[in-house]
Amino acid sequence: MRPKPAIESLRAQIERIEGRSRRATSVLPFGIPEVDSRLPGGGLARGALHEVAGGSNGAIDGAAAGLFAAGIAARTTGKTLWCIAKPDLFAPALAQAGLAADRVVYVEAGDDKTVLACMEEGLRHGGLGAVVGEIAHLSMTASRRLQLAAEETRSIGIALRRWRRHTDAYDFGVQTAARTRWRVSVIPSETLPVPGIGRHRWLVELAHVKGGESADFEVDACDEQGCLALPAELVDRPAAAEGWRRGASG
Amino acid sequence: MAADAAAQAAGLRPGMPAAKAQVLVSGLIVQDADPIADAEALERLALWALQRVAPIVAADPPDGIVIDSTGADHLHGGEAAMIETLIGRLAMSGVTARGAIADTWGAAHALARFVADPSVIAPAGHGAAVIDPLPLAGLRLPPGMAADLRVLGFERIGDLLAQPRAPLILRFGPELGRRINQALGELAEPIEPIRPADLIEVQRTFAEPIGAAETIARYVGKLVAQLCAALEEKALGARRLDLLCHRVDNRIEAVRVGMAQPVRDIKRLTRLLCDQIEQIDPGFGIELMALAATIAEPLQRRQIASSLIEVATPDISDLVDTLANRVGERAIYRAAPVASDVPERSVCRIPAMSPDTGATWPSHWPRPIRLLPHPERIEAIALLPDHPPVSFTWRGVRRRVKRADGPERIHAEWWKRDAELAAIRDYFRVEDPSGERYWIYRAGNGEDPETGSHLWYLHGVFG
Repeated sequence: MRPKPAIESLRAQIERIEGRSRRATSVLPFGIPEVDSRLPGGGLARGALHEVAGGSNGAIDGAAAGLFAAGIAARTTGKTLWCIAKPDLFAPALAQAGLAADRVVYVEAGDDKTVLACMEEGLRHGGLGAVVGEIAHLSMTASRRLQLAAEETRSIGIALRRWRRHTDAYDFGVQTAARTRWRVSVIPSETLPVPGIGRHRWLVELAHVKGGESADFEVDACDEQGCLALPAELVDRPAAAEGWRRGASG
Repeated sequence: MAADAAAQAAGLRPGMPAAKAQVLVSGLIVQDADPIADAEALERLALWALQRVAPIVAADPPDGIVIDSTGADHLHGGEAAMIETLIGRLAMSGVTARGAIADTWGAAHALARFVADPSVIAPAGHGAAVIDPLPLAGLRLPPGMAADLRVLGFERIGDLLAQPRAPLILRFGPELGRRINQALGELAEPIEPIRPADLIEVQRTFAEPIGAAETIARYVGKLVAQLCAALEEKALGARRLDLLCHRVDNRIEAVRVGMAQPVRDIKRLTRLLCDQIEQIDPGFGIELMALAATIAEPLQRRQIASSLIEVATPDISDLVDTLANRVGERAIYRAAPVASDVPERSVCRIPAMSPDTGATWPSHWPRPIRLLPHPERIEAIALLPDHPPVSFTWRGVRRRVKRADGPERIHAEWWKRDAELAAIRDYFRVEDPSGERYWIYRAGNGEDPETGSHLWYLHGVFG
């Protein structure tokens, strides 16, 4: 899967021609080899914009997608700016995903336009670990602005897509300048030998990645450090049987 | 004679002879009016408002304060929130205040004094309609003139506005016409802002009026540099900056920026002010610009980590200031734990730049990432007293419960309200076959009707 050295040097040449003197891009690995190997550089690029949305009902409540973003923010260093349009985020849940209360600064921006402006301001500042913005409509121009702002610093920008209606969610297919695009849907949790709900489980679809191939993974939800994990019964399965990978689903 | 609420309850009325009042209430203490002390107190109140509310504030004797809130209401979260907070804070310090927001000083003066609602907000561009039904006294006419007009049959402001203006002015003098025009906004009425004696202020007069945004930005930079030098002499940092632009047509355009911590950084203050330049309407030109540090606090020099071992924590106070001046101080905050088991009370908002508390919530029960602002009723089928539901219907969709966890019993806080004396909520975490996880609760313990209605509610969504 790894790109060949010749291609790497070609890419470097193209980047030079494009005039984007990108500094050595550092990455934030997920700590799961199956996921990291699919991402260029072996992790989520810092100084870039990433898009996260929820599947089915998650497109409206953005619950699993929000925790996924919180897990990423928790693993960065420094504070996180969380721009919200609707104040229904429950801070104790973020703390349980590893993002302590002291590390999150919330901005209650009334509309998409203000959310975008606040995100851009946060990304340009550079002192933040991650900037998360809950946003419905993200145009190519807007995402390009955010991406350029993020490139100047090492902050991770996360556009957490959240729509009012299911019908609006088709917007997620529209091309943006985001480096990666994720869709996180809930699936039945880990089976316990006793009645009850085990560790929450998600289907994480990497719908688009610049310079890589899309893929999907079934993972255990964030732990107290914000780390995802592969389900135990999948880890011990022989590598040849790739049957666990489910097809992309809407 | 004046009378407060307690005196009015005892049957006293303003304007009543003192002797009569003393007969009505035995042991009444009568105090002489002290107009000078009243005026001084009003002046102090105006200063307080200047520091907290808006850059252009003046006392409006004998009983009012006039505030030009243009360019400052965004810091308070809008006009409605601003007037509520203002009246609330005055009430806390024992002053019963009435307020009104209108397009002109005259209209606001009348609305504040002659409308039953203690906080009135007239829609922008309201015209004469809002003051039509108010009595003539609302027009700030000289004493006696209102009585004379009433003799002629004029009761309300609307009656007066419907009459031709010329005969009225011929009979009552130009003052009447001036007051009517001021109330309608046809005649400008500048507010002369109060300036405390120890205010740190720098200003610059222009021989030729300026108007272009770039020119304003350049002079803002020069003024900030001067102001920072003045602040440095006193070892202060600015918490609030007011930029007043006096226009050639005798109007003042004001811009206010607030900082979470005292700041004396030229670049940062210039940037904050320049972000607001688009709100300044230069009209025919600005002839004088004044920059004042309305609130200045001691600023200590701080050592910055420069060694190789320590990693400096990035300072985000400048970002917080920029965002606070854009979306309002209230809209940028951090969450802090409150010692309460009731979920909606377990989080409070603290200022974004308050020191780290290190406190966190107990983590033994999972909490949903989305908490609905109000729990929503659901129809559930469940075995009482302590089983999770078999299925429930939320927003018209029926969901079968495949797995569930609970109950987590939360007792209401009996020390807060009597109604919460015995109330109980039993929370369950439920999962439907497709994996959607919800946080639902039953009001009551399932046995005793005193503990709750036994209805089911959905309170949050898990990720």
